[in-house]
Amino acid sequence: MLDPKIQVHHLNLFYKAHQVLHNISLDIYRNQVTALIGPSGCGKSSFLRCLNRMNDTIEGVRVEGSILLDGDNIYGKSMDVVQLRARVGMVFQKPNPFPKSIYDNVAYGPRIHGLFQNKSALDGIVEQSLERAGLWKEVKERLHEPGTSLSGGQQQRLCIARAIAVKPEVILMDEPCSALDPIATAKIEELIDELRDRFTIVIVTHHLQQAARVSQYVGFFYAGALVEYGETGDVFTNPRDKKTQGYLTGRM
Amino acid sequence: MLITDHIVKSYDDELNRLTAMILEMGQLLEAQLEKVLECLTKGDNKIAQEIVDKDIEVDRLENKIDTSAVRLLALRQPVASDLRNVVAALKISAHLERMADYAVNVSKRVIALNQMGPIKYVSSITRLVRLVQEMIRDVLKAYSQLDDKAAHEIWKRDEEVDELYNGFVRELLTYMMEDPRNISPCIHILFIAKNIERMGDHVTNIAEHIHYLVHGTLWSESRK
Repeated sequence: MLDPKIQVHHLNLFYKAHQVLHNISLDIYRNQVTALIGPSGCGKSSFLRCLNRMNDTIEGVRVEGSILLDGDNIYGKSMDVVQLRARVGMVFQKPNPFPKSIYDNVAYGPRIHGLFQNKSALDGIVEQSLERAGLWKEVKERLHEPGTSLSGGQQQRLCIARAIAVKPEVILMDEPCSALDPIATAKIEELIDELRDRFTIVIVTHHLQQAARVSQYVGFFYAGALVEYGETGDVFTNPRDKKTQGYLTGRM
Repeated sequence: MLITDHIVKSYDDELNRLTAMILEMGQLLEAQLEKVLECLTKGDNKIAQEIVDKDIEVDRLENKIDTSAVRLLALRQPVASDLRNVVAALKISAHLERMADYAVNVSKRVIALNQMGPIKYVSSITRLVRLVQEMIRDVLKAYSQLDDKAAHEIWKRDEEVDELYNGFVRELLTYMMEDPRNISPCIHILFIAKNIERMGDHVTNIAEHIHYLVHGTLWSESRK
């Protein structure tokens, strides 16, 4: 049942001479939520950005090792980065809807990638994506209002709808709830749990209890290394490593 | 198990208070057992009644531990060793409370026995009580020092308790067969012995919780 969707082997990441990640190896399992935790600057977000080559745009970046997405090396020569990012979507810390209507925000990806035949098919994708993001009921009467007119929590769900509209295989989330109140956070967490049926999710969070609530697997990063990786229930009750124990319990 | 303190000092204080309350409860229980010995050997109703009256303090402490543990869970959301610490405190306090109840049962039997004349056959029981009393003292020490090795050793000592108890039951049987008039007091003494033997079982459970607290794995897993 646990079948790796992404396999990371001996990943090293450098920003110019500075090594940010040291020899990271782990499997990210299909249809599971994997949470990455660790103190600020530990490399967890850098690692997340390696998974869809978001780091490529940074000057002087260098990657060693391999990341296989269903067996294809995403750093291989034949990998089309635009295609890769359609397969591996991303949701950011601050909700960042485009300055367009709610409809156009969700339709943006499918339009770029030409994922539909006609207007009604696009309408279908938009509705289905908003539905899956748990936003349809709230916005169906106001699809042509600007995305920025929504509340923070709704905007984040709009961004999730936008990410899933291109039918990705993996969704990366970088602190998706840090700007949201507890109710909006709960809605996103519930959504993450529902999305797990169709997608593989990797989430970076500073909020330990959130990692505990939403994930099945958790990786603890410290100083650019993956210190511990395992089932969330095990790591939160009985961490193997002293550093993990210290971080989880607040004894750094 | 842990050397460093929390960044948040009040969190440490709360966890330490929980441990202190468990130890306080344990001391109360030990004192109750000391009195059990005294009232058994002296056949003293007054001491027996004191044990009964004192039990409310044990109950109060247990409630206090429960309340603090629930508060800690709600407000601190402990994880890893801290979580195990709170869970162990909840479980251990329940065992201590149950043991204190057994001490009360014994006292009530002593009062009943006293109405039947001088209490006989108690020498084996006092040995049993001493043994269990030591186990309680040692298991609480192992708890406060997170000493898993000691906990394992204490766990094994329950066999001795069981053997002593079984031997005592056989002894009582012969008294009862000897003279049917012995049956009534012997039944009371049998229940007293049974209560003490049960305390030993609770000690073994506490030892198992210490193992969990230290290692994060269940005792049963470690014995496979």
